[in-house]
Amino acid sequence: MNWKSWGISKSPWLYHVNTGSCNNCDIEIVDCLTPKFDVERFGGKLVGSPRHADVLMVTGPITRKSKPRFERVLEAAAKPFIVAAVGTCACSKGMFHDAYNCVGPVRKVTEAADEDIMVLNIPGCPPRPEAIIDGLVTGLDQLKEVKL
Amino acid sequence: MATTIPIGPYHPLQEEPEHYLLTVEEEEVIDVDVQIGYNHRGIEKLSEEKTFNQVPFLVERVCGICSHSHPYAYCLAVEDCGDIEVPERAKYIRTLIGELERIHSHLLWAGLAGHFIGYDTVFMWAWKYREDVLDLLELLTGNRNAYAMMKPGGVQREIKREDLEGARPTLQTLKEKSEMLYNAILDDPVLKARLEGVGVLPEEDARAFGALGPTSRASGIPADARADFPYGMYEELDWQVITREAGDTLARVEVRLLETLESIKMTEQIIDEMPDEGSIDSEPENVPAGEGIGNYEAPRGECFHYVQSDGSNRPVRHKIRAPTFMNFPTYKSTCVGETVADATIILASVDPCYSCTERAISLKGREDVDLLELSEKKTADLKEELGVNKSPLEEVLDE
Repeated sequence: MNWKSWGISKSPWLYHVNTGSCNNCDIEIVDCLTPKFDVERFGGKLVGSPRHADVLMVTGPITRKSKPRFERVLEAAAKPFIVAAVGTCACSKGMFHDAYNCVGPVRKVTEAADEDIMVLNIPGCPPRPEAIIDGLVTGLDQLKEVKL
Repeated sequence: MATTIPIGPYHPLQEEPEHYLLTVEEEEVIDVDVQIGYNHRGIEKLSEEKTFNQVPFLVERVCGICSHSHPYAYCLAVEDCGDIEVPERAKYIRTLIGELERIHSHLLWAGLAGHFIGYDTVFMWAWKYREDVLDLLELLTGNRNAYAMMKPGGVQREIKREDLEGARPTLQTLKEKSEMLYNAILDDPVLKARLEGVGVLPEEDARAFGALGPTSRASGIPADARADFPYGMYEELDWQVITREAGDTLARVEVRLLETLESIKMTEQIIDEMPDEGSIDSEPENVPAGEGIGNYEAPRGECFHYVQSDGSNRPVRHKIRAPTFMNFPTYKSTCVGETVADATIILASVDPCYSCTERAISLKGREDVDLLELSEKKTADLKEELGVNKSPLEEVLDE
């Protein structure tokens, strides 16, 4: 563990990118902020700009029109950062596998942009807020082993 | 001098990639435009590759917030096409889930609207009480969001009587808490100052733009598919269409909040009246060749599905029209002349849902092609192919 991965794993600031999702994962991410789940217990906080973010919460199967915007978000985010692919669409495209307008999954696009970006997959349609929090906490725990 | 302010596609306020272009002169909005296409996934095309029983799971993913509305409208269309009977108990279950969904959707919107005008207390409160509805839905269907209850001819799963009785205490608390929340919202002088008289949509404009759902009801038009095209058990239940005359943002808030209370009332009636025994599925064998339509009152307005069948086990054509598509154009009437600070809440006040709306995409490099012209050409070609000179609507109008 170096100081960068220590910093990210302590208080991850989250930026939410919807790349053509159906809103289900998005409202579950917002649900994590509300009193019942309260992700701020773990230092997590939604921020308004990718430049402030440690973790990009990406939902959706990445549509053709949102792909260039998503790549710009990847460029703009402060390095190092990790990408959390929330939901089955983001992990593997799920039922949009054969759709003509979806160019995902997230890992394919991030690998094309930069091979070193770490992708954390949180599957589920939609993943429950507990699953999102669990995925983040487990992923960030493992981050302590990595040198960023 | 006019300046264009882009809001989105990735904006901290918004859940979805929504892209508004506000043209402003100093503080005043003089024009507004909406860019769509970020959420287009091609669901109508995918639907043609699935069997009639698989499509409900697909159209559930059209929109995660109204994930009962789209399958319901689709099933209504298939049942219309094949003259399929639905057992009474299945209708009760469908209506029950639909009303619970309306409560959760309106509470979600109330919270987000509070967030949009910087009133995060409302956001936290509304979403806290929304969790109770999600718990109820999980108790009854097994899922928090995508309920997977619909199938043509009935519903997928039973709801047990003890689960229904178990829902009563939660509904009671929900009713008390939401009444408390609504009184707090409607009595708040700050909210009143921000919302009253802002973004007025006059009745004639609402009619001209074809506004639907709470947006039209807040302008005094009692348009509600539950009353206009009765489906499910709405004819048997005691409820009323909520309307307001003012047409401003406050009226749209009021309509949604009061509708939630109506929905809680209906849910309680369904729990009282639902029979314990009976079939939940008429198990239709096949769908004959033909076409059918389904009108369902989604939380945002009337959701319309069209299904065409050629007698095989897949739909040949499946068309979806979501309510937000009709509510977008009202921005031209409501936003223009307001300040930039008020524009965000006005844009949010129709409860826009992009993943529902985006059924089409413009092609890159084909900007010279006008979609309206293409559409007119297609209609003309179809008329020539079928040998008719008038559209069915024109024939009806002539009579």
